[in-house]
Amino acid sequence: MATQSLVLPEVATRRAIRRADNQRSTRLLLGSSTTARTLAMIALVLMTAVWLLPFVWAIITSFKTETDAASAATLWPASGWSLQAYINVLTKGDLPIWMLNSVITAVLVTVITLVVSAMAGYAFSRTLFRGRRLAFAITVASIMVPGQILIVPLFQQMLTFRMVDTYAGIILPQVVAPVMVFILKKFFDAIPQELLDAARVDGAGPWRTFSTIVVPLSKAILVAVAIFVFIGAWNNFLWPFIVVSDSSLMTIPVGIATVTETYGLQYARTMASALLAALPLLVVFMLFQRQIVRGVATTGLGGQ
Amino acid sequence: MSATTSDASAATPTSAPSAGRKDLRRSLREAERRAEQLHSGRSGYWFLLPFAVVFLVFLVWPIIYGIWMSLTDRTLIGTDPGFVGLANFIEAFGDAQVWQTLWQTVLFTVGSTIPLVLVAMVMALLVFTGLPGQWLWRFAFFASFLLPVAVVTQVWAWMYQPDLGLFNTWLGALGLDPVGWLTDPNWAMIAIIAATVWWTVGFNFLLYLAALQAIPEHLYEAAAIDGAGAWRRLFSITIPQLGRTTWLVLALQILASLKVFDQIYLLTGGGPNGATRSILLYIYDTGFVNYRLGYASAISYIFFALIVILSLTRFFGGRKEA
Repeated sequence: MATQSLVLPEVATRRAIRRADNQRSTRLLLGSSTTARTLAMIALVLMTAVWLLPFVWAIITSFKTETDAASAATLWPASGWSLQAYINVLTKGDLPIWMLNSVITAVLVTVITLVVSAMAGYAFSRTLFRGRRLAFAITVASIMVPGQILIVPLFQQMLTFRMVDTYAGIILPQVVAPVMVFILKKFFDAIPQELLDAARVDGAGPWRTFSTIVVPLSKAILVAVAIFVFIGAWNNFLWPFIVVSDSSLMTIPVGIATVTETYGLQYARTMASALLAALPLLVVFMLFQRQIVRGVATTGLGGQ
Repeated sequence: MSATTSDASAATPTSAPSAGRKDLRRSLREAERRAEQLHSGRSGYWFLLPFAVVFLVFLVWPIIYGIWMSLTDRTLIGTDPGFVGLANFIEAFGDAQVWQTLWQTVLFTVGSTIPLVLVAMVMALLVFTGLPGQWLWRFAFFASFLLPVAVVTQVWAWMYQPDLGLFNTWLGALGLDPVGWLTDPNWAMIAIIAATVWWTVGFNFLLYLAALQAIPEHLYEAAAIDGAGAWRRLFSITIPQLGRTTWLVLALQILASLKVFDQIYLLTGGGPNGATRSILLYIYDTGFVNYRLGYASAISYIFFALIVILSLTRFFGGRKEA
């Protein structure tokens, strides 16, 4: 109760500020002309409709019976709405397992990438060692390497390491993210040296300085990188597709792409499994839209 | 007077002779640097170590190993690959499939990059007008980017379905003949591009939105005072201010589009008759369907070389410094 009364006014002011920002933006871009506003609004509504259409159509199909889905592309099904497709997907298929695999692999990829890249970024930004400049130059140059061209040798390597059809095989090749090292290094460079010096004067070693000063100060960029890496890992198709053939180890994108082919012409079921596969990230996005939008923008731009 | 204060007062308010203090400060800083070098000299390696390990094992080694493979006639099943020198590369340069798939990759890149940049810019401009409904607009334009590729292709394959699909049903309602969206060589690439634009435009949209938010407001105010109308402001302030972002989005998009694989593989598998096969699909087919790993590696490196050359051109390289 007490916290609510503390938080609510703040939210209200933030909303008011945002609304004022939007109104100012409208004035700056469109002026006071009603025609301009109406035209912009119509364009927005049309584009939104086009972009939401595939979602809407998938949702409608998924709630039809298979016979209705396979008879005509009508909006309203002849024999009423049905949950059968969802029940089938959740009880008869492997979707829940794939979902679990996706969560495990995406979370581990994100955590490992974040720790490894942040440490490397700190090493390049705030420590001195022989070969630092060369190592950094190699890291930056490697950003250019398209991962897809490495699938053939990487797969051979996985055979040698006996990592085919294992979580390690899915995860480890995905944690190498030179772009993220570069972004984090650039961000760490901007932390005032005085803060780090103060920590050193207080007797903190480089580890303490890193974990108690640098990491807390960099929360925003670390969250942004984490979001970016997570989306990439969650949606990665090619690598898990190549390294895993055991259905019980597949991630969502691989599972629904390869196994649902056996559903044949069950359109409602296919759409239901596609929507369930899409749901987790969409829910996360609805909850954290602001952070995700900012995160993607900063890492997307920061990478350059 | 003002020249000295601006230098000294910023650091410390005391009024000691500034020349002597500068010397002192410099020598202090040097001593400190030396101490830092001694102090964290080895810890730097420790911080770098985890990244260095995964980098060497999962990036550098496959690159080197791949080069070696490209010089052999290795197959997925064969146990004793023989060294064949540059034979794979010579074969690749004479392979009509390499040229055709490269050409189709370029077609896809041009065909997808133009709408992916223009549509993203229009979306961002419309959203940035601040019209009510912000949450919905952002959700609609960006949500599809969050979908796994297999979801995108299943939904679109369903809409492209020849007999029951949404698009052909609409065409039928208009009295037009159905189109074999994914089976007609004239339409398949367009259909793939449409699905790709729908899927990934959200990312560019966000980059543009961030850029728009960074345009200084006083430019607009000045223009408004000068009596510039909405269109005038759009073309003489907003769009020129987006110039740098446009180059960035273009460069990122071209590099991303050249690497197209997933959605083509899942929608058409490269068909009909190889009409939508990209170079990466050809590499995949060569390596994992025909098991010619050595040859697949050779084509990979030719493609890699093309990307490196492209990235080093002024268009891509020059932008990075900006």
